[in-house]
Amino acid sequence: MTPVTTQAAADHRPQTGSALGRFFSLENRYLPPLLITTILLVGQFGFGLLESFSRTLLAIGTAILLEMVLGRWFYGKVPNLASAYITGISVGILDRSPEFWPYALTSALAITSKYVLRWRGRHLWNPSNFAICAMLLLAPEYVATLSIQWGNTLWPMMIVWVLGALIVYRVRRFHITATYVVSFVVLSALRSAITGHPFLAEVAPITGPMYQLFIFFMITDPKTTVTPKWGQCVVAVVVAVVESVLRLAQNVDAAFYALTIVGPAALVIDIWWKTRKQARVRT
Amino acid sequence: MERRIPRVVVTVIFAGLLATPVLYRHVRAGRTEAPGAAAPATLLSRYGFGFRESSQESGIAFRHTSPNLDPKLNHIMQQVASMGAAVSVADYDHDGWPDIYVTNSGEGSRNALYRNLGDGTFRDVAAEVGLADVNGPGTGVSTGAVWGDYDNDGFEDVLLYKWGRPELFHNDAGKHFTRVSEQAGLPAWVNANTAVWLDYDGDGKLDLFVGGYYPEDVDLWHLKTTKIMPESFEYAANGGRKYLFHNLGGGRFEEVSAQMGIQSRRWALAAVAADLRGTGYPDLFVANDYGVSELYLNQGGHGFVEAGKQAGVGAAPKSGMNASIGDVMNQGRFGVYVSNISEEGVLVQGNNLWMPRTGDGVRYENMANAMGVEMGGWSFGAQFGDLNNDGFLDLYLTNGNVSLDRKRSYWYDYSKVAGGNRTIISDAANWPPFDGRSLSGYQQKRVWRNDGAGQFQEVAQLVGVTDVYDGRSVALADFGNRGVLDAVVANQNGPLLFYRNTASPENRWIEFDLEGSASNRSAIGAEIRLYWNGQQQVQEVLGGSGFCAQNDRRLHFGLGKLSDVERVEIRWPSGRKQTLAAPATGQIHHLKEPI
Repeated sequence: MTPVTTQAAADHRPQTGSALGRFFSLENRYLPPLLITTILLVGQFGFGLLESFSRTLLAIGTAILLEMVLGRWFYGKVPNLASAYITGISVGILDRSPEFWPYALTSALAITSKYVLRWRGRHLWNPSNFAICAMLLLAPEYVATLSIQWGNTLWPMMIVWVLGALIVYRVRRFHITATYVVSFVVLSALRSAITGHPFLAEVAPITGPMYQLFIFFMITDPKTTVTPKWGQCVVAVVVAVVESVLRLAQNVDAAFYALTIVGPAALVIDIWWKTRKQARVRT
Repeated sequence: MERRIPRVVVTVIFAGLLATPVLYRHVRAGRTEAPGAAAPATLLSRYGFGFRESSQESGIAFRHTSPNLDPKLNHIMQQVASMGAAVSVADYDHDGWPDIYVTNSGEGSRNALYRNLGDGTFRDVAAEVGLADVNGPGTGVSTGAVWGDYDNDGFEDVLLYKWGRPELFHNDAGKHFTRVSEQAGLPAWVNANTAVWLDYDGDGKLDLFVGGYYPEDVDLWHLKTTKIMPESFEYAANGGRKYLFHNLGGGRFEEVSAQMGIQSRRWALAAVAADLRGTGYPDLFVANDYGVSELYLNQGGHGFVEAGKQAGVGAAPKSGMNASIGDVMNQGRFGVYVSNISEEGVLVQGNNLWMPRTGDGVRYENMANAMGVEMGGWSFGAQFGDLNNDGFLDLYLTNGNVSLDRKRSYWYDYSKVAGGNRTIISDAANWPPFDGRSLSGYQQKRVWRNDGAGQFQEVAQLVGVTDVYDGRSVALADFGNRGVLDAVVANQNGPLLFYRNTASPENRWIEFDLEGSASNRSAIGAEIRLYWNGQQQVQEVLGGSGFCAQNDRRLHFGLGKLSDVERVEIRWPSGRKQTLAAPATGQIHHLKEPI
């Protein structure tokens, strides 16, 4: 995951006057890190969400350190570290392993993927999404993903939904989240009809924290989403559809894999389309 | 502007990172010896022990059956009715040979009491003594049993806990058992999966802890609602209540859990009571399914304070299914082993080995990963015991949840609903049908050999533990009075396995059979600290441990090749202390508490 404050979003910066308005604005690049940190702290102190603080700190530290080193090496300067921080913290929350090394390795894979898996100047995969999928494929005996809830009550889930929705709305990404959620619910009904399983069982996964991180931080990642708003909605629908296909094939981590498959493909088409359009304009 | 050379270098590093898990797996695999790589004699000399499954030749022919609960649960029956196979060891007839009691869980099925005939064979005498027909209609079915002489008459009585009516049977001089549940004041119905005998107040009479799993108002055969499931996979607090029965004497008990500070509705699956802090009073460790473990610290016999979170054992919620203790590093302090669930790519909880932090009696650190006893699949019962008599406690773990169709797994559907909010997960009607699939089935067991230097080596396949049944309960005992710990394993919907152990003869041993006088006669809670070869090991007589299990009350110490014991310190539950100087090795010492 990377911060949802981006050039694309920054092009539409709202004019906000009040302190609260400025806080919840696109200029505040630390808003998403603040949200995910809040999620982590509430989750850990309230419900023991993490495997351990030390593992999460290892993931964050690895991500930040690598970002500093690689950024300086590639571009001659240390880039803004909010992105690396979110990548690290996401890995620290979403990875579940009793061992330490997978946290460092997942973060390292995530950050290096940004510098390696590129096409026409853009990295194609959401870093943490790519790295988590890689670990699930390569080290399934050591790594699983977060699968637990926000305790037993609805309120923590509601708070995260409201806060998350507010923030993605302010950074003009709410349409992606909303499209995905609606698609997931509709497709849950479809899967329920196909499998004969209860609808609530099909819709259950989206009530957990893993999905909240997924829909607020991962699929909205501006660096790895297509440019047009309608395109972003289409991609969200396609991610949900591919996820549903994987779910029908009983894939436990269907959401991550769906984004890993659909995200880069959509981005490649988007880049190709834009290049073609620019070429036409020139001619 | 991007630079070409860094990109090439980073690409190489990236490829290396991708290859790391593969290399790591390769390195780890290289450390494990493949089964069949060495001859049995070589393996015996290398590991110091070897098991042979001997139930048939020992006269043991027992097969567990699961219950058929309310039809409303039919779609997930295999998952819900997946417990009940339990085994406990006690010398019920006081003939000096440990006997085996094993529970069954089908409606109308019979439990078995295998009397040890002393010649390597056993005979089921449950029907003769009145302990077979205990799963009758309307009474629920057995889930476990623990033995303790609650009336100090010299014969071990038995508490049979059930998903149903708990039963206390008085042992009539080893000849017959009389049901005394009502006189004792036991409740009419408890959906229990754990119970332990303990003398929490040191008054010389055994008290009893019983841990509920499903709430006690749920009759699993006549459900009023399908909303009986845990409200969360990790934070559930809607399970059965806990009971602490204070022994009043005269065969009567008073339920005192609330007064004594034990109030929990977590889904208890295992408990062990032992003096974890050297206070002279037993603390109570409870491993809970769907949540954190609880550690109840005994306040001098006047009550308990739950300190799991402060102690470090109650912070990260997992699926606790076992609680067993052992002085793993011969430090004179107990570690606690809690088993959990690990399934490749889905849920990697890892088991916990809670080791006490030096200098602080109530802080524990999970050393399972560092010491190599973490990954055990869908783990259930485990017990510590010195299987090769080398002077260090080894660990036997059984596992496997539901073994049905080998090719189809329920894990996807299980994880789907387990991640849902409580309104979804707590209603069985929302659970997808099991449909004959497996859920962590056909798993290889774990036998970890303690190298004495902080590492355990997994040797199950090498030492003959090759079954893949759905293991639940493990008990260890020296059934042949020959100084070697055998293992008996109860399997869900499977046979009772009797693994006869052959230990390397050059390693010496010593055993103690304690009998209390001022203390409870079973000597449950007595602690033996054995000093030899510049080291010490502590063991305690337990009134139940592991998962629905109880080892023999006799305490077994392996000594390695050095045969001399410097001294043995015994601390009786009454607080009396006794020291034996240089007791002879290679024999069982019968010790009565001095008055």
